[in-house]
Amino acid sequence: MSQAGTGTGAHEPSAAAPVFEGAARRELDAVLKKYPTAQAALLPALWIVQERQGWVSPGAMAEVAEVLGLTVAYVKGVVTFYTMYHQHPVGKHFAQVCTTSPCNLCGAEGVVAALLKATGCKRMGETSPDGLWTVVEAECLGACGFATPVLVDDDLIESVTAESVPALVARYR
Amino acid sequence: MGYPHPSHPRETVLLSRHFGDAEARGLAGWMTRGGYQALEKALGMSREQVIEEVKASGVRGRGGAGFPAGVKWSFMPKQKTKPHYLCVNADEGEPGTFKDRELLRWTPHALIEGSAICAYAIQAEQVYIYVRGEFTEPIRVLQAALDEAYAKGLLGANVLGRGVRIDMTIHRGAGAYICGEETALMNSIEGKRGNPRIKPPFPAAAGLWGCPTTINNVETLCAIPHILEKGAAWYKGLSLSNPKSSGTKLFSVCGAIAKPGNYEVTMGFPMKDLLYDLAGGIKGGRKLKAVQPGGSSVPFITAEEADGALLDYEGCVAAGTQLGSGGMIVYDDATDIVYQVMRLAQFYAHESCAQCTQCREGTAWTTKILQRMLRGEGRMEDLDLLFDLGEQMTGKTICVLSDSCAAAVVSAIRKFRPDFEAYIRSGRAVAV
Ligand SMILES: Cc1cc2nc3c(=O)[nH]c(=O)nc-3n(C[C@H](O)[C@H](O)[C@H](O)COP(=O)(O)O)c2cc1C
Ligand code: SF4
Ligand code: FES
Repeated sequence: MSQAGTGTGAHEPSAAAPVFEGAARRELDAVLKKYPTAQAALLPALWIVQERQGWVSPGAMAEVAEVLGLTVAYVKGVVTFYTMYHQHPVGKHFAQVCTTSPCNLCGAEGVVAALLKATGCKRMGETSPDGLWTVVEAECLGACGFATPVLVDDDLIESVTAESVPALVARYR
Repeated sequence: MGYPHPSHPRETVLLSRHFGDAEARGLAGWMTRGGYQALEKALGMSREQVIEEVKASGVRGRGGAGFPAGVKWSFMPKQKTKPHYLCVNADEGEPGTFKDRELLRWTPHALIEGSAICAYAIQAEQVYIYVRGEFTEPIRVLQAALDEAYAKGLLGANVLGRGVRIDMTIHRGAGAYICGEETALMNSIEGKRGNPRIKPPFPAAAGLWGCPTTINNVETLCAIPHILEKGAAWYKGLSLSNPKSSGTKLFSVCGAIAKPGNYEVTMGFPMKDLLYDLAGGIKGGRKLKAVQPGGSSVPFITAEEADGALLDYEGCVAAGTQLGSGGMIVYDDATDIVYQVMRLAQFYAHESCAQCTQCREGTAWTTKILQRMLRGEGRMEDLDLLFDLGEQMTGKTICVLSDSCAAAVVSAIRKFRPDFEAYIRSGRAVAV
């Protein structure tokens, strides 16, 4: 797995600094109030980590385990179950392209090829040399009527075609 | 309405009436469209009366299994000895299905209202809305709606001043189709890996944290305010076919179709009319080859079978398939069905939680055998092998993900055997 280019990422992972201080700690405290167990705050806590650091580092997993009273092995077991938690740093922009059958029927493979080309990513899952992009294939994004949907960071872009890819990529810097 | 297309005169728009109308997203706009009157009404009724009304309406679960919602609610203990919970299933991940996304992002208050009515009826003070992690915009819209509802006293410690407490929390998933399965969803809320649980016990007896829990799909709950407002008899009357399938249903039509979108029709609507009249027919004027009317997990049917099928639970079974989630995947005569079936098997192999051997191995082997066929290295015995695997994968696992994969593959081979044989005979290879 490649590392994101240094100095270009929006999220600068500073592995040693704790996440759950200040605003993030308050956010977690609010989450904890909504569940009868601390364990239930695990997925939300991991989201808080990823939103702030761009990925879920081993150090962050240890911190989450500590604040929720779980073992590190348990936290890791949960992180690895879910595909959306990044276990490695990713590019500044993270693009998920649906390639499941309904989108495949509508040309998703062409969108994938065009995205790799326009972003300079060598293959799926790898970060582009400039550190700007990571492109991955996703299973059905729940927007099959708008083939091919591409989720760039938190923006779902509908009806992407191979032709519309270069303009899409140009919008993100 | 056939969002993103304008409403078609043959649609019956209850749930989709306000799709595309940004004003309906906000509480003020929703109120002027009649919002929260059904909740008022429900809170003036006894819990039993609400459940009876929903039972009498005949509304069945829109998440895939079609279980009658009122009956499910009635399984919740009447004597409350532990907390009760409602889980809203907004994990929508079934390939071909994209209706809950529109409900969430255009009519969030309909879901909140329907969920609040259910929570009242089943004595749940806490509702968890499990939304798939990829639904970033729906989550934003729903959270804004929840904040407004709290601010106006529609949620919280004293709903509408009636002394009823209902809290609602969005629980964001993190990328796992299997978390749409009800017990996997509960594990995921509890902070665990999303592995389905062995049933029984069923959720009404022991769900979240071992407490009585009801789980319903977004579309099911969005129908509830209409039922409370206009009455069970009216809702039940919304059927063109039979009393066991009532109300309207959203069909997400996608794949090789001219006008992909969400169409809302009365149960019993002819499949042919939906495809050709409402959704504009097959893309590029081509011919229909196959349909999966209820998402990727239901059996394939041929164009001839689709021709006479009625869109309701019984009609789809009569046509050799299932209504499922209403995610209709349309395949035209240019489709390489072997390739598409491989791609579906690959989906299930990727999404299997790997607890059960039959599923973990079955989905992986099915994919490998189909890939071998696509590489031009298939053997005639492979078809029997796939049937055999399908048999092993059906009825033997903790959840039905395994069965779903088998159903799609086995039905495709039964219906389109010559396509598979052609690959095997010719040794033709495509990139996989
Ligand atoms: C593998 C699998 C995935 C499922 N995914 C979903 C889903 O994304 N959304 C949903 O509402 N139901 C899904 N279901 C069905 C749920 O288990 C459950 O039946 C449903 O949420 C009940 O709600 P309903 O009665 O209102 O339909 C899935 C089931 C299985 C076996
Ligand atoms: S059938 Fe498959 S997905 Fe379902 S519990 Fe077993 S291994 Fe997991
Ligand atoms: S199959 Fe691509 S979004 Fe559903």
